[in-house]
Amino acid sequence: MSWSYLPHTEGDRKAMLLSIGVETVDALFADVPAAIKLNRPLNLPRAMAESELVKHLQAMSAENANIRDYTCFLGAGAYDHYIPSVVNHIISRSEFYTAYTQYQPEISQGYLQALWEYQSMICEITGMEVANASMYDGGTALAEAAMMACGATGRDEIVVSRTIHPYYREVLKTYGIDRGYKFRDISYADADGTTYIKLLEKIVSESTAAIIIQSPNFFGTIEDLKTISEIAHTKRALLVASVDPISLGILESPGRLGVDIVVGEGQSMGLPVSFGGPYLGFFAATEKLMRRMPGRIIGQTADAEGRRGFVLTLQTREQHIRREKATSNICSNEALCALAAAAYLSAVGKQGFQEIAAQCMHKAHYAYEQLTTLKCCQPAFNAPFFKEFVVRFEKPVTDLNRSLLASGIIGGFDVGKYYPELEQCMLVCVTEKRTKYEIDRLVEKMGAIL
Amino acid sequence: MKCGKALIFEMSKEGRRASDLAPLDVDTTRTAIPKRYLRTKPAALPEVSQPDLIRHYTALSNRNFGVDSGFYPLGSCTMKYNPKVNEDVCRYPGFSQVHPLQDCESVQGALKLLYEMEQYLADIFGMDAITLQPVAGAHGELTGLKLIRAYHRSRGDKRTKVIIPDSAHGTNPASATICGLEMVGIKSNGDGSINLDALRSAVGPDTAAFMLTNPSTLGLFETNIREMAAIVHEAGGLLYYDGANANAILGIVRPGDMGFDVAHLNLHKTFATPHGGGGPGSGPVGVKKNLVPFLPVPVISYDGEKYTLDENRPSSIGKVHTFYGNFGVIVRAYAYIRTMGSDGLRQVSEDAVLNANYCLRQLKDDYHAPFTRFCMHECVLTSLKQKPYGVKTLDIAKRLLDYGYHPPTIYFPLIVEEAMLIEPTETESKETLDKFISVLRRIAEEARTDAALIKTAPHDTVVGRLDEVAAARKPIVKWTT
Repeated sequence: MSWSYLPHTEGDRKAMLLSIGVETVDALFADVPAAIKLNRPLNLPRAMAESELVKHLQAMSAENANIRDYTCFLGAGAYDHYIPSVVNHIISRSEFYTAYTQYQPEISQGYLQALWEYQSMICEITGMEVANASMYDGGTALAEAAMMACGATGRDEIVVSRTIHPYYREVLKTYGIDRGYKFRDISYADADGTTYIKLLEKIVSESTAAIIIQSPNFFGTIEDLKTISEIAHTKRALLVASVDPISLGILESPGRLGVDIVVGEGQSMGLPVSFGGPYLGFFAATEKLMRRMPGRIIGQTADAEGRRGFVLTLQTREQHIRREKATSNICSNEALCALAAAAYLSAVGKQGFQEIAAQCMHKAHYAYEQLTTLKCCQPAFNAPFFKEFVVRFEKPVTDLNRSLLASGIIGGFDVGKYYPELEQCMLVCVTEKRTKYEIDRLVEKMGAIL
Repeated sequence: MKCGKALIFEMSKEGRRASDLAPLDVDTTRTAIPKRYLRTKPAALPEVSQPDLIRHYTALSNRNFGVDSGFYPLGSCTMKYNPKVNEDVCRYPGFSQVHPLQDCESVQGALKLLYEMEQYLADIFGMDAITLQPVAGAHGELTGLKLIRAYHRSRGDKRTKVIIPDSAHGTNPASATICGLEMVGIKSNGDGSINLDALRSAVGPDTAAFMLTNPSTLGLFETNIREMAAIVHEAGGLLYYDGANANAILGIVRPGDMGFDVAHLNLHKTFATPHGGGGPGSGPVGVKKNLVPFLPVPVISYDGEKYTLDENRPSSIGKVHTFYGNFGVIVRAYAYIRTMGSDGLRQVSEDAVLNANYCLRQLKDDYHAPFTRFCMHECVLTSLKQKPYGVKTLDIAKRLLDYGYHPPTIYFPLIVEEAMLIEPTETESKETLDKFISVLRRIAEEARTDAALIKTAPHDTVVGRLDEVAAARKPIVKWTT
């Protein structure tokens, strides 16, 4: 049998074996002890031709409801924003996607410049001084930020708001537990669904490494980052904020509000929801923290004749140089997703970035106003929100979502699953992609179900 | 060849845009968010037209080298061909347009694919269960070490040390530290293999794990692997397999059968998914039965009828990724396994090992070869024969750029002076290898006759050697007006 990815003919193999001086390829595996060799075929289905593979995977993919066919009001960390066509064309250039890390800068200038421009754009939207070239996703970026804060302050207590995405908090704890970090959870004010500031003032102390906040938070409401940063800095603790990058088209940049480390999920910037990955963790900080950053950083420099060029820089932070003393163990990151984000931010541009955020806000508020006119739908919180909000029903959210699905709508997230006090509450997400017609239809269907 | 390229910020002109937006169709004119939260200064993102945007990125792509551009024998990275159909299938709306928090009922196809992928990988690696959650090799290491910690902890066993050979990838010691464990280094033998006596004296009641890459980072199979497993297991420790070099062993020998308890593998190396310029990757972890309770949540379960996501796993280490890992990458690797089948995967490893040995035999007279026994999927050469002419490995690598090749991995493994680690992979033809071999011979000749030419290379790239010291001393890490 022959495989289209394998170029050798039987003749090639024979000639090569001959030049090596062995008769069979088995001889090359002489170092593998016979006792542990696998003397049977792998238990895999038979090989498929490309045409069979395509058919098989088309059928498998058709078993999933997808958000092109269904209208999606589900967010909670993965968002249905419009992706301009150019983004996929750019990341499909195989000089980019079939390359690896830019260890040889002279033949990697294209990618290095693109990532340097990405870092610049992340700094622009977050208002920070330095960004790295990507982390795995929003949750792991947050965990790395917590580790960096502990390292920078020499403290090991982390104050974590309950308004942070429950999955992010789980990732944070998985990362932190073996480092001996102490986590102090802080609740939210019942009425407005934002971190309980008075409690925060009491809890934060000289042993606090960082306060960790998400804004807009898991409930979609906007946190008062300025006040929280002042609380953190009074005790010389750092403020780590996980933010929705799309919100930064309209909300004040975290840098201007005193945040020390800004992280977040970059999927909204040009990446499909793709059942949870690949996504993009973005990571930005103040200049003071630059040499403690995890991950790859691209720097500008020049060649001997003064030509501008870009290189991987500050590599002494990294595992391949510093080994057990590295700031992180990350090696492969999400470079192609960072490239997609840079292409996205360049495509929407300065104006589009503001307009998309404004449309999300207006459409979400329209949906909120319309939904809460329904008799059995109450707002859960009264604080300002961006593109997501929580509403309370008199029926289980799973029942509602089942009925909505039958009408071609993917409803919001069942908040009660992770917040027992918010039973029968739904987190509704409305992006710029949703039309008035789709929102009205959601309200109409909800009205009928309730 | 040498030429500059404008930054996208330098191409900006106020009022231009590369994408549009449908008009706002809802009637809310008031700003719904209080002024104190609103942005005071818009982000200075680029303002370019769509044609300019595309030309910018096309120009950048032309200043970059990928596997599709040419031979890329970067050792330890397995830069094999990335099948095009896999790029298509992962973009089917039923995969790429599926939200991770949809009800399980509505994502049966996605869960089935993940479940089957776990079965395939479990058999390929000889493990009892797999988690697909880790998204990179180092992420797999972190997950694996956390599983090992959880296992020891569940037995009331305080073990805090990880034994790591000096030939290991840098991620191994870094992962140990991130996991709150202490590294114990052991020196290799002269032939690059693990020193059994060193291992014997390193193990003890505090040994949590021994991390090993096999084939080693020198491209050699550790023949004493079973003895090593016995030494570590007798001391109560577990064996961790770094799957970076798994391209040599598919269908031939399995980590599970070598005695490993935990193993990660890199789908972006062994299973042909693109490296993406540094990611996204995928680093699934396999475990033996006794570690299954600790696997990250959620675990995909199947009752014979329906697939579900099981979060109720009290002994689990928790989540290591927000959702379920890099699904899009897993779809590509699944497509690859279904394309190759058992015979195909075995042929992959046979051809990979054949290609590496062919390069080694053909080049060992022109370059110093520290290990001349049969190698596995990659081989080590050095520039010691070129040293008398003042030519170093870095110079040879830079000269290869002029000839249109991506150089091998250089200065790794650390235990070999002036190392070049060459991994051809199975997707390269004899003709490609012969041409590469002749170019390396020519460079060896240039070293003898015109060393200056090599020491000032590259000559035919868009920039010359860049000042990395200046870059690190005064970092310029973003654009400023």
